[in-house]
Amino acid sequence: MTTDPTTQQAAEIPSELLAEIEEVITHYPVSKRSASLPLLHLWQRQFGFIDDSGVEWIAAKLGLESINILELVTFYPWFRREAAGRTIIRVCRTLACAMAGSYEVREKFCEAAGIDADQDHHGFGHAPPTSHDGKFSVEFVECLASCGSAPVCLINDDLYENVTPDEIPTLVQNFAAIPAQA
Amino acid sequence: MVSLIPQPHAKERRVIFGNISQPNWAPDIDTYLASGGYEALKKALGMKPEDVVGAVKAANLRGRGGAGFPCGVKWSFIKRDDGKPHYIVVNGDESEPGTFKDRYILHNDPHQLVEGLLIAAWANNVNLAYIYIRCEFPHAAKIVWNAIKEAKARGFVGRDICGSGFDCEIYVHQGAGAYICGEETSLLESLEGKRPYPRIKPPYFPAVLGLYMSPTIVNNVETLCHVKHIINLGPEEYAKMGTPGDGGTRTMCVSGDVVKPGYYELPCGAVTLGELIFDLCGGLKPGRKLKAVIPGGSSAKVLRADEVYKVKSKGPDGEMVEKEIKMLDVVMDAASLAAIGTMVGSGGVMVLDDSRSMVWALNNLNQFYAHESCGQCTPCREGSLWMSKMTTRMLAGQGAAQDPATLKNVADNIAGRTVCAFGEACAWPTQSFLAKFPEEFAGAAVPN
Ligand SMILES: Cc1cc2nc3c(=O)[nH]c(=O)nc-3n(C[C@H](O)[C@H](O)[C@H](O)COP(=O)(O)O)c2cc1C
Ligand code: SF4
Ligand code: FES
Repeated sequence: MTTDPTTQQAAEIPSELLAEIEEVITHYPVSKRSASLPLLHLWQRQFGFIDDSGVEWIAAKLGLESINILELVTFYPWFRREAAGRTIIRVCRTLACAMAGSYEVREKFCEAAGIDADQDHHGFGHAPPTSHDGKFSVEFVECLASCGSAPVCLINDDLYENVTPDEIPTLVQNFAAIPAQA
Repeated sequence: MVSLIPQPHAKERRVIFGNISQPNWAPDIDTYLASGGYEALKKALGMKPEDVVGAVKAANLRGRGGAGFPCGVKWSFIKRDDGKPHYIVVNGDESEPGTFKDRYILHNDPHQLVEGLLIAAWANNVNLAYIYIRCEFPHAAKIVWNAIKEAKARGFVGRDICGSGFDCEIYVHQGAGAYICGEETSLLESLEGKRPYPRIKPPYFPAVLGLYMSPTIVNNVETLCHVKHIINLGPEEYAKMGTPGDGGTRTMCVSGDVVKPGYYELPCGAVTLGELIFDLCGGLKPGRKLKAVIPGGSSAKVLRADEVYKVKSKGPDGEMVEKEIKMLDVVMDAASLAAIGTMVGSGGVMVLDDSRSMVWALNNLNQFYAHESCGQCTPCREGSLWMSKMTTRMLAGQGAAQDPATLKNVADNIAGRTVCAFGEACAWPTQSFLAKFPEEFAGAAVPN
């Protein structure tokens, strides 16, 4: 595996993250391998994405081969191997939301965030389409299990329901004002 | 972050959503205890485990995750004294398009789930359980984890639960954005930290070779919540709310072209499809006519508004008689929907009015399945993508006259030929849309 020369996440693990990692491994007394997903989640939350050093570190921590971790990163849509925007907007694409206008909603979000709406948005480890200033990523995701209040989107951790195209520019402006994390 | 819970309609019976519907309801343990929380657990701990299983059987509870398997029967596959570890994994992956009930339970009434889970753990001799929650519910994962810690602090989780000598630990496990992880064997692979390729059955029935190759119960979030009420009400009372083969209440999630979409908790079989749409959901938007309904999550076979079904049932003198039933008069319970060739599934009812193109709607679903196939079996991996490409080109006016026939052929060659039921789930929409709306597909297949 080649290591991206620009990042060396494994060299910068803060002690709080290490403590969280140790704690979460105890949730799986039968098999440490079960901690793969939780560790990947913690890693991505800390560093924003998972680089080769992260894959190798997690594998070593759980007594696995790197491929055992890499094959998860490339399978699950949630994980990525490159940085995404500070604010990630995930618009539901599936039937109830599409009927309620989610294609327009995604386009409006792209427009307001300065993202080319024609970019391909599918995963396999890639970051979703991201604005040049690094503030936003916008992507389609499949049913978010809130079809009764369609169209919906997740902005970072929060669900927004019955989203209307009109409110999107203001929403995006509010998130644009969030400063970069130190 | 989760929208307000509307007031119940007169036809509703809020059992699972009973707590959540109370004014000033909060997900903390004190609120839960004040409304009789954990009393069912105490009662169950005073019963023999086999009697708890018997009660769930007698209650006619069917799984609410989609397959509708009788819950008590599933539990009776576990041999409590075989000396092996047993596990329960709660399926909180809720990703079947059209389904949105577990979301509200997980966010608003986590202790109800924890209590139901603990009763199930006692019944099946389980000392370690996981609650698998899709990662798109990050708040729910925190809320449920917090509930587990609260319950542990009060002696309901962990060692020697309520002084019974019974131990059970519960942990939350988060998914990572893949629909297939809702399929129970994929869920287990995911929980084991592997690529979540579904396992082949036989031999890998979870109750035999489940998590870590030990006997495992996988139940949906709502299913386990019902268990609490079976213990509280007693199996007879509980069963009486529903129909003979389908006890209790079921949460119907209605979305699409109705005036009041949302969830409605109804005694099983209490309403017809027409009552659900026109009475509870306020009907269609002004000037619109009903076109189609997908009754049980996106995989359920579509119903056409002007269809009349011939259904056989037992007449008053015990003879089998054939009756004609209009689509809107179909009763919303497991047996009635099965009798007309579809399913109650996960309870997700998607309503389409006459402004919708069925080719467009099917293409939306085909894109979903093409994106979510895990890729393990050739018919599903290739077929789901092929179907999606065909409906996409039909929509773009680039279809060919033979496309509907090819589409059917591809779907027919997926169903029944794959490792997991995703094969059927992705074939059924195409098969049923084509069979019921042939004129739209024929029209779209003509190149322009
Ligand atoms: C492709 C596929 C996706 C599924 N997704 C879910 C899901 O999101 N939630 C769920 O509870 N069950 C889902 N199921 C059903 C589960 O495999 C399983 O039958 C269910 O969790 C068992 O619980 P129950 O008996 O309590 O319903 C899915 C099944 C298939 C084939
Ligand atoms: S049927 Fe589809 S989803 Fe299921 S195992 Fe095969 S490829 Fe994967
Ligand atoms: S279709 Fe968008 S939340 Fe279900």
